[in-house]
Amino acid sequence: MINLLYFAWVRERVGIANEEIAMPSDVSTVADLVAWQRDRGEGYAEAFADGDVVRVAVNQEHVEMGHPIQNGDEIAFFPPVTGG
Amino acid sequence: MIRVQAEDFDVGQEIKNMSDGNHAIGGLCSFVGLVREMAGSADIGAMTLEHYPGMTDKALEKIEAEANERWPLESSLIIHRYGRLEPGDQIVLVAAASPHRQASFEACHFLIDFLKTKAPFWKLEDTSEGPKWVDARSSDDAAAARWIKA
Repeated sequence: MINLLYFAWVRERVGIANEEIAMPSDVSTVADLVAWQRDRGEGYAEAFADGDVVRVAVNQEHVEMGHPIQNGDEIAFFPPVTGG
Repeated sequence: MIRVQAEDFDVGQEIKNMSDGNHAIGGLCSFVGLVREMAGSADIGAMTLEHYPGMTDKALEKIEAEANERWPLESSLIIHRYGRLEPGDQIVLVAAASPHRQASFEACHFLIDFLKTKAPFWKLEDTSEGPKWVDARSSDDAAAARWIKA
């Protein structure tokens, strides 16, 4: 299983804050998972339409699109941060 | 020290706590971020700061640790609020104390620049045109990039 978290407008578009899903069989990197998410329905398609905008953290660390994903990971999707 | 909290903070008290009893400190520089009343052409009634509990602490600790590696700091502090805030409210306090002023100025500047591009916070503004997620600014990326060593 992998634990997916969504924040800010990514959460609003997807419609939920988190979900636990079985690791998709053809996913091995963050880029694979983003592509897989796009095919899950309208909200997901909208949230992930522009793959360059959504940022990703794996196990609470910022990562790039080529980062590997493993069973048990916590993977968060969010817009560029705007704190401070 | 880092703190992520809904409550307000007292800048004077926080600075006093940093320097009390440490006479190696010769300079302390602080930055306070506040909620502005205008965003472009729209008036802001309030804003809500969302964050990623768990990752937020880690990200801030990492930024603080990097500042302490790069400058000879006697003390450093990051306080960031979350939840609903109104114009004039304090959002963030960063401060750095060092034996000499240059390190405290530079470290303070570094802390806020890195925080703005790396800490997982998002601002939702309640504007006269409806709720709006604040867009990240490329000028913030440029500000953070200045601190990345070639």
